[in-house]
Amino acid sequence: MEFNAILETAENTAKIILSGELKASTAPTFKTEVEKAAATNPQRLVLVMKDLSYMASAGLRVLIFAKQKMGANVDIYIIAPQEMVMDTIKKTGFHHSVKIMDEYDNDKVEA
Amino acid sequence: MFIERIDIHPTHTRDKFKLRCGKPFPFGATLIPGGVNFSIFSRHATSCTLVLFDKNSPEPMAEILFPKEFRIGNVYCMVVFGLDYENIEYGHRMDGPNNFKQGHWFDNSKILLDPYAKIISGRDIWGVQPDWDNIYQYRGKIAFEDFDWEDDCHLDIPSEDLIIYEMHVRSFTKHPSSNVKHPGTFAAIREKIPYLKELGINAVELMPIFEFDEFENSRLNPQTGEMLLNYWGYSTVGFFAPKAGYAATGKLGMQADELKSLVKALHQNGIEVILDVVFNHTAEGNEQGNYISFRGIDNQTYYMLTPEGYYYNFSGCGNTLNCNNPIVRGMVLDCLRYWVSEYHIDGFRFDLASILGRDPWGKPLINPPLLETLAFDPILAKCKLIAEAWDAGGLYQVGSFPDYGRWAEWNGKYRDSIRNFIKGDGNINDMALRLQGSPDLYAETCRTPSASINFITAHDGFTLADLVSYNHKHNEANGENNNDGENSNDSWNCGVEGWTENQSINDLRQRQIRNALAILMISQGIPMLLMGDEIGRSKQGNNNTYCHDNELNWLDWTLLEKNVDLFKFVKNCIAFRKSHPILRQSHFLNQDNSGSTHPDITWHGTKAWNPDFSDHNRTTAFMLCGRQIGRNKKKDDYIYVAMNMHWEAHNFEIPKLHKSIQWHIFANTGVKSPEDSWEPGNEPLLDNQQEVLVGSRSVIILVGK
Repeated sequence: MEFNAILETAENTAKIILSGELKASTAPTFKTEVEKAAATNPQRLVLVMKDLSYMASAGLRVLIFAKQKMGANVDIYIIAPQEMVMDTIKKTGFHHSVKIMDEYDNDKVEA
Repeated sequence: MFIERIDIHPTHTRDKFKLRCGKPFPFGATLIPGGVNFSIFSRHATSCTLVLFDKNSPEPMAEILFPKEFRIGNVYCMVVFGLDYENIEYGHRMDGPNNFKQGHWFDNSKILLDPYAKIISGRDIWGVQPDWDNIYQYRGKIAFEDFDWEDDCHLDIPSEDLIIYEMHVRSFTKHPSSNVKHPGTFAAIREKIPYLKELGINAVELMPIFEFDEFENSRLNPQTGEMLLNYWGYSTVGFFAPKAGYAATGKLGMQADELKSLVKALHQNGIEVILDVVFNHTAEGNEQGNYISFRGIDNQTYYMLTPEGYYYNFSGCGNTLNCNNPIVRGMVLDCLRYWVSEYHIDGFRFDLASILGRDPWGKPLINPPLLETLAFDPILAKCKLIAEAWDAGGLYQVGSFPDYGRWAEWNGKYRDSIRNFIKGDGNINDMALRLQGSPDLYAETCRTPSASINFITAHDGFTLADLVSYNHKHNEANGENNNDGENSNDSWNCGVEGWTENQSINDLRQRQIRNALAILMISQGIPMLLMGDEIGRSKQGNNNTYCHDNELNWLDWTLLEKNVDLFKFVKNCIAFRKSHPILRQSHFLNQDNSGSTHPDITWHGTKAWNPDFSDHNRTTAFMLCGRQIGRNKKKDDYIYVAMNMHWEAHNFEIPKLHKSIQWHIFANTGVKSPEDSWEPGNEPLLDNQQEVLVGSRSVIILVGK
């Protein structure tokens, strides 16, 4: 499946909707969107992974890049990761650095 | 004005690859803007070829000869641009002389692993039978090295405060009873951190985690048909790469991230990480062994060779790494610096470390350059350096290992003395020295008690439960006719060899286990606990389980429920040690640091102030005076320890203290749980302040406060 990363920004939130396979050849696309998102100075970065079927080491690295690029004050939300992706995030310990949710509700988060 | 570097552009083209001369340092494969810098040493090679594979591909996708202008001194270095570095594997071919007597083994038909490879594929999933027809078994991969450590740093726990837990990564959680998501992995250890924390240890010592091949010398047990493996991993394939098969993410090539995540989590919980490292030999074996790396890159440099060209075998494993050759020395130093800086490792235990002090011809050096270099290295400056101070070539250096004020030693004499004492055969004079951190071994050369890593059991030899259950080793399952493993174990089965239903024998064994653990935790020096001894782990009398990927090695977590009383006892003993700085002195006793004229240690017998150091005596007692704590540590209580290894009970007269101080009982191994030990701070007052009855083969610990 072709990889896609679509950035949506609204108020304090940057949302990137990911689909397909996140690997070395597609990671730069994701990285570019993270950089664009960071430029909007959001308070939250929401990564929707419902349709992301695979994440390789390069993908994990972009997540780490995102965290560093955004800074400690920006919360990163990972939404609805598939089992393989979730497993990779957990085994490598990255789940301690982000918030993982089944769905994202801006109002609830802000509350 | 921004000026772009010009050295990021190719100067050469070979087939589809754009190249330029690389940087000789660092060795290995390093990501640089737009490409990968490959650098490898060989003094005697006449040419070198970089071999590139698509991931998992049986045949190379490219071979690029290093142009002669890319050789700087004895280093071949080249940048290859535009590589899909996440999906390639690499190796080298070396051409050069092939002359056995001269020590040259060059063979350009072999594809060789980079000694500095940071990730190695080929054994990605533990226990999956390798394809032996694969022309390149262990494949170098490129590491990213950009882990997000956040604010993690080395814990720098003072050596005297360490309580080490020696463990095997796979064995710790592989047993089905561990109830973890990914048994046998780094990730699984992370799930078990609460257990380690509850136990109270503050350092784990991981048996080898550098990439090794569990299938090296694998064979079927002729009696059972079971596959026997190189399970423990004391045979390194790559010194810079973590064992992929220990990572749940090994098949994804993310073993480095998983291990780093474990180290970070352990640090967050106040636990240091010490690695058991094996620099004495490599997995290439003897003259019949395979080409993996060093043999084909520069055999004469990397190995100790006889004048006839054979391998010296001071390791007992077929070859001996030539550690005091300057090139090899540099590699060892690079390796340790890498693990400290990139993985935040806190210390190293060096397997058969005496080999590291031999010259290229095997002669022990008075001032070994490698040991000195490691001791004074600025990057290793805070990390713990621990020597297994002997080797298989007969060198035994416990107490005399060249230490440069930095090295500690696995104290084999401590192990032997305590084992003999608790079975009633010990020498009281010897015992007294071991309890004080072995000043006979370390004081004269101005070392401290922290030079002594005190242990009674370790991965080599019996577990503690087996030490009190077997007189002899039972290694039949190893398929070597019970000829392997140590014959001298200083063990005692308490009356019956192995498992028994005899209650009095089982009670005695429980006492003996507690005696050993109590003594370990009240000894000056650094205590090391073997994984599972805190819950009565047995290996069925096998004292050399190096080859078993089964329940002989796997920690059975149901023991925690079965032996919860023992676990509580060990937990209390560890907490007691942590509560009392007088047990963790950074200097040898028999001093008056506070100027109070109160001696810091006094010796006693069944009569107070009357120690009996005669041969064959099986009772002794000592008292530590907490007023003697100096050097920024607060004052402590008095501690009195009475040890009776006689088969009869004895009354011990207790030293009288100032009337404001009363004796409380912390531990009595002669009574059953829950009164065998108390939580520090909650010790009950001793009814009789004049004397205490110490049961047969028992230890009593009192605290005066």
